[in-house]
Amino acid sequence: MYDLIVLLVLLALGYGFGQYAEKTHYRSIIKRENLLRKIPVIASKFPPMYRNPPETMLVTGGIVISVDYFKRFVASLRNLIGGRVTSYESLLDRARREAILRMKEQTRDRGGSMIFNVKIETASISKGRKNTIGSIEVFAYGTALITQSS
Amino acid sequence: MMLLTNLEIVPGKRITKHLGLVQGSSVRAKHVGRDIMASLKNIFGGELKGYTELLHESREEAIKRMQTQAEKVGANAILNIRFSTSSIAQGAAELFAYGTAVILE
Repeated sequence: MYDLIVLLVLLALGYGFGQYAEKTHYRSIIKRENLLRKIPVIASKFPPMYRNPPETMLVTGGIVISVDYFKRFVASLRNLIGGRVTSYESLLDRARREAILRMKEQTRDRGGSMIFNVKIETASISKGRKNTIGSIEVFAYGTALITQSS
Repeated sequence: MMLLTNLEIVPGKRITKHLGLVQGSSVRAKHVGRDIMASLKNIFGGELKGYTELLHESREEAIKRMQTQAEKVGANAILNIRFSTSSIAQGAAELFAYGTAVILE
């Protein structure tokens, strides 16, 4: 009985705070994406030829993000029947977009105009119990081109 | 000043000599305070700022070690840099950076 109450409290807390955190995070992601739209992120290895070659610089962005208790519970239920685990999909989406945004912010701060050869890496920072995805790390890196305005 | 890039070429510069692979790694463990915060965050969800910082620091460390190795062989740039992360034990992660050391003209 006591266990059930604890579980329900944790679920309620997870749902409340988790939804709030996700909503505010998405709002800030969309706002910053609009601000940084001018910096293209390109996965190609070969930058275009310039008459006066730009400077290059390694830029990185990373984030470690955790799923809330409610979503983890839902995902573990999903494990029984299989199918899309939407609660983790939004987590990974948020993490990737945030990592790319941080990389772009670094580029903007150093005067870069575009990012080439972008690689995105995802690692699950395993948090013990039952091998569930507790928290994940997403790391994005690429080479920023700093073109002198001429 | 060492030039770091994950492209295979540097625009406008020629590679005069390849010096081979250079690498750097760093293994970090989290400390207890951060662990407690993290387990709270596992209920509420959201960014684990402590971990983000920790991984950032250790990646910088890995880059620094790679750079020192490149300096030793006399390179002035590292091209085609790649990163990889692996969790080797519970609570510890290895961050690894590698690339090709070259001399640019």
